[in-house]
Amino acid sequence: MSTSVIFDQATRVYPNSTTPAVDSLDLEIEAGEFLVLVGPSGCGKSTSLRMLAGLEDVDSGRIRIGEREVTHLRPKDRDIAMVFQNYALYPHMSVAENMGFALKIAGVGKSDIDARVREAARILDLEPFLDRRPKALSGGQRQRVAMGRAIVRQPQVFCMDEPLSNLDAKLRVSTRTQIASLQRRLGITTVYVTHDQVEAMTMGDRVAVLKDGVLQQVDTPLNLFDKPANVFVAGFIGSPSMNIGTFQVAGGHATIGAAQVPLPRVTSDALRGAEVTLGFRPEALEVVTEGTPGAFAVEALVAEELGSDAYLYSSLVAVGTERLNADHIVARVAPRGVPAKGETMWLRIAEEKLHAFDPGSGVVLPTA
Amino acid sequence: MSAILPSGALDPADTAGATASDRRRPRRRGERSLLASIVLHATLLLATFIALFPVVWVALSSLKPANVIRSREIELFNSPSLDNYRQVLFETSFPTWFLNSVIVAAFTMVIGIAMSATAGYALSRFNFPGKRGLMWTFLVTQMFPVAILIVPIYLIMANLGLIDTKASLVIAYCTVAVPFCAWMLRGYFDTIPRELDEAAALDGLGPFGTFWRVILPLARPGLAVTAFYTFITAWGEVAYAIAFMQTDSHLTLGAGLQQFVPQFNQRWELLTPAAVMIMVPAAVVFFFAQKHLVAGLTAGGTKG
Repeated sequence: MSTSVIFDQATRVYPNSTTPAVDSLDLEIEAGEFLVLVGPSGCGKSTSLRMLAGLEDVDSGRIRIGEREVTHLRPKDRDIAMVFQNYALYPHMSVAENMGFALKIAGVGKSDIDARVREAARILDLEPFLDRRPKALSGGQRQRVAMGRAIVRQPQVFCMDEPLSNLDAKLRVSTRTQIASLQRRLGITTVYVTHDQVEAMTMGDRVAVLKDGVLQQVDTPLNLFDKPANVFVAGFIGSPSMNIGTFQVAGGHATIGAAQVPLPRVTSDALRGAEVTLGFRPEALEVVTEGTPGAFAVEALVAEELGSDAYLYSSLVAVGTERLNADHIVARVAPRGVPAKGETMWLRIAEEKLHAFDPGSGVVLPTA
Repeated sequence: MSAILPSGALDPADTAGATASDRRRPRRRGERSLLASIVLHATLLLATFIALFPVVWVALSSLKPANVIRSREIELFNSPSLDNYRQVLFETSFPTWFLNSVIVAAFTMVIGIAMSATAGYALSRFNFPGKRGLMWTFLVTQMFPVAILIVPIYLIMANLGLIDTKASLVIAYCTVAVPFCAWMLRGYFDTIPRELDEAAALDGLGPFGTFWRVILPLARPGLAVTAFYTFITAWGEVAYAIAFMQTDSHLTLGAGLQQFVPQFNQRWELLTPAAVMIMVPAAVVFFFAQKHLVAGLTAGGTKG
């Protein structure tokens, strides 16, 4: 009963704007898949979702749900349910009426509605609240009612627009897993928008990263993490984010601080200029002793102790011609007994965890 | 009672003027000084008196015989009787005028709400060519005083053959009430989150269904104010009523009551009970309207 969703060159240009909010989006979402749209604010992720839901016009291109072309259909004819960021519950209706409203509009019988609302309420632990108004519910309960309203419909596609962003941190984590497991159980194709890359990584079967209305990469969470297609994805996915900098290259070695870091052969072959953009995640850095080949010196600034891990923020010593994207280098170090501020230490990049990008286009270069 | 210490209690060595106020008990938040309290209450009493006096005077007069009303001696309450009321109700056209007014006001109210609510919703939610122009029109039309509109509207009504009909008054009153109410309701609709419209659209409602089943129930306070305003606009109106209505049996209260107090032989004993009875429907409408003036109807629908 679930269906695929296809964006085919879908473009949205807002009135009074010259740059498209969503630019020729090509995206295939398989039946039953949980796809997360992620990106910084203003990247077009919400607009894409709203185009799918029919709340936003499609200026060019097409959107298909299964075999049906829905590009210019009205929202109600698309068989889509949406969970809004602020829930958008009907304040003048009880929880049960909220959840059953779409069915009532569709002319489903009263006993049928009742059964389906009860079933959804059971799944979401909302049974005691069915007669309450949204006003009398907590934030988490309202969020579940919004989910319930979507579930009751048994639609072909769920659209979720940052449904967790109004919950407190702890509830967000537990609801995150609930939504993900619920989606797997129901098997309904879901498009989920978030700006939180942790949500994207933990919930999605696949994640689509957008920036400035342009799709950057679609892949499984782990592939995005391990094989980012460009500098933007590399920097966006992962927390703390990847250290990225542009370095001089000479004789197959990149100059990082005072150190000469050897580049893989394929990387230097692919290089066209005398510079390379390198990326290395905090966990790709090892603390080594002075004099280790390829090790560069850093001065410790701050350490974040998380208990199981510690992240060390440090500045590069002997700064030369490199341009770092951030003004510090983050390294994951062993917790308890992190270096004190001002201490100098030596870091080396694990070669197999090095990412290289073209300094001009930002496109990934082969490293192996 | 006073918080100020008697000056004798001050330490004689304390000559600095500031210390006197330092010794005062600190005033708590929201507390007033005695003087401020007296001035405030006196002002409120005066304002209340000014507001109530004419009403009470009319009400008292309505119970007095004609010669007592006209006498120069002030008698508040002397042998009251309901005879004036009997006379107005059974010996004049008052009941007819009253019925006419009820019909005109009710139609103005219903048509006014229907038009201003739909127009206000369209202005709040949709983009359409001429939207700005329409909003300006609504604003500008309110700036013309009734006096300059009477003649042109009279001509229009005459051309339409509507002079001396209730329809002419309903239409004229709507031209006054609808622009204001549409503007006001637009403001009210703007406070209702758009996501509710979108949720309704996804739940299968068209624009009118959304308006009717989701937005209107949430706009009850705004609609109540609109109802009251449109009713009042039509209920006590005099200028259009005098200009448009010609037959005695077609008059509304505003126009009809004038016949009680012509230039000569004024009949205050008829006007005053009529004036008292006019207040009743307005009070009833207000009573029903104010029940809907509740805050927080949209609470809980959205977060933030």
